[in-house]
Amino acid sequence: MTTTAAAPDPLVELRAVSLAYGRGDGATLALADATMSIRKGEFIAVVGPSGCGKSTLMKLVTGLLPATSGEVIVHGETVVRPIKGVGMAFQNPTLMPWRTTLDNVLLPLEVVEPHKRQFRARKAEYAAKAKALLASVGLGDFAEKYPWQLSGGMQQRSNLCRALIHEPEIMMLDEPFGALDAFTREELWGVMQALWLERKFTAVLVTHDLREAVYLADTIYVMSRRPGRVVLKRAIDLPRPRTLASTFDPAFVDIVHELRDRIHQEYA
Amino acid sequence: MTDSQSRALQTAMPWLVMAVFLVAWELACVGFRIQEIILPRPSKVMIVAIERFDILLRFCLETLWTTMLGFLLAIVGGLVLGLAVGASPFVYAGLYPLLIAFNAIPKVAIVPILMIWLGVGATPAVITAFVISFFPIVVNVATGLATIEPEMRDVMRSLGATRYEILTKVGIPRAMPYLFGSLKIAITLAFIGSVISETVGGNRGIGFLMLSAGARNDAPTTFAGLFAIAIMGILMYAVCAMVERRMTRWAFRGEMVG
Ligand SMILES: Nc1ncnc2c1ncn2[C@@H]1O[C@H](COP(=O)(O)OP(=O)(O)OP(=O)(O)O)[C@@H](O)[C@H]1O
Ligand SMILES: [Mg+2]
Repeated sequence: MTTTAAAPDPLVELRAVSLAYGRGDGATLALADATMSIRKGEFIAVVGPSGCGKSTLMKLVTGLLPATSGEVIVHGETVVRPIKGVGMAFQNPTLMPWRTTLDNVLLPLEVVEPHKRQFRARKAEYAAKAKALLASVGLGDFAEKYPWQLSGGMQQRSNLCRALIHEPEIMMLDEPFGALDAFTREELWGVMQALWLERKFTAVLVTHDLREAVYLADTIYVMSRRPGRVVLKRAIDLPRPRTLASTFDPAFVDIVHELRDRIHQEYA
Repeated sequence: MTDSQSRALQTAMPWLVMAVFLVAWELACVGFRIQEIILPRPSKVMIVAIERFDILLRFCLETLWTTMLGFLLAIVGGLVLGLAVGASPFVYAGLYPLLIAFNAIPKVAIVPILMIWLGVGATPAVITAFVISFFPIVVNVATGLATIEPEMRDVMRSLGATRYEILTKVGIPRAMPYLFGSLKIAITLAFIGSVISETVGGNRGIGFLMLSAGARNDAPTTFAGLFAIAIMGILMYAVCAMVERRMTRWAFRGEMVG
């Protein structure tokens, strides 16, 4: 199954979106003319040089930042305020230092409907679910620890759990595996793919690791240097579930090389 | 010096400094033949303090009581106003300049006015303590709220949290270390406030005791009063510091609690 330029029923659509930070002469154009459309249940990855506006793109899609020009459309409606039903793993783990890791992961359930109303009554059940999720990323023993008692990579994994816990239909993952060693990272690709195959949420993954992008995504967008534009859209039609072994398949390796060459041009 | 020795020395340091200071004072009084009415010897002050312990204690408790009442009012008022100022840019714009102006007024100046309105007694002292210790609490709580990391706010906004939820789940916990940090300053100021009020015009409290002893040229009692205030101040400060560590362990990243 390949994606066409205009998917029939896009869940998220960006139409010529640009964003400038600041106003007047001091303004920085972070993102220029981004156009993409994401189907429901599609896993897309965004790659590109550092500082090209990938994190900015994530904040635009979730409505945390208003677009300077162009339109962001989710569920057929123009985004003007933060949208509901997203799970966002920010690039820097923004865990709250006064909450234990477990309570941090439970936070979305305290805020998001319908869990909010049932939170007190179903606390034990929710806590068990959060613990299971933490265990799946290798943090089973750290639920009662505070974030500042965790390493950087452990914080990042808790951050990921917090984005997943309320089973959002759109997942925004901003370099969620950036601070991890190669082995943990590859293990979490598997965890992520299994979750996605099970729940079929719509996901946007920002990453600098091309193998990670090819492993997880249905479609990869390559962005240019700042101000970022989409310079390549590549559909990945490798069979699922993909395994670590399949990352050594010639087909897989070819795609990685193709992407690498395209990004390399940005530095020329 | 071993590790435990140097740690023991560190705890002993304040006591050593104090002892040296008192001995030097004692020797200076004896050596320079300073009259008792000008500067009594510390040993004499101690003796008087022990002799008149019951009176001293009674007046101290009066001061302690008014101070604590004013301090508690300041915590409640400061917290409420601080949250309002920190959470709403409009309240901030409207109230902050007024607060600054109000804080610039020397608080001694308002005591006579309070006397006219309320007469002598405990009430002016309570109000002075409140008024003087209120400001650092407001400023600190407001600062705690206003300096929430934008990322933290984004986490809440991306979950669709309301302003009220952002305030209760991020704002207030975030402001707590600032609140408890300000209590140490506020309690000392509250003592200053109530003693000022008692000294300017009052019929109770340690300030009044010192004033009347001074009028009788009873310098040792005046100094005993001074020591009593210092001791109360230190004790209350220690209590506040302890509460701070208890309540905001995370802000110290567990370091100070070990
Ligand atoms: N709050 C801000 N104010 C001003 N400029 C900003 C702000 N945030 C980002 N920028 C600028 O916008 C550009 C894009 O930033 P962004 O964080 O989106 O990059 P990125 O693609 O996520 O980079 P990285 O891969 O390093 O995370 C950068 O040049 C940065 O300087
Ligand atoms: Mg980024």
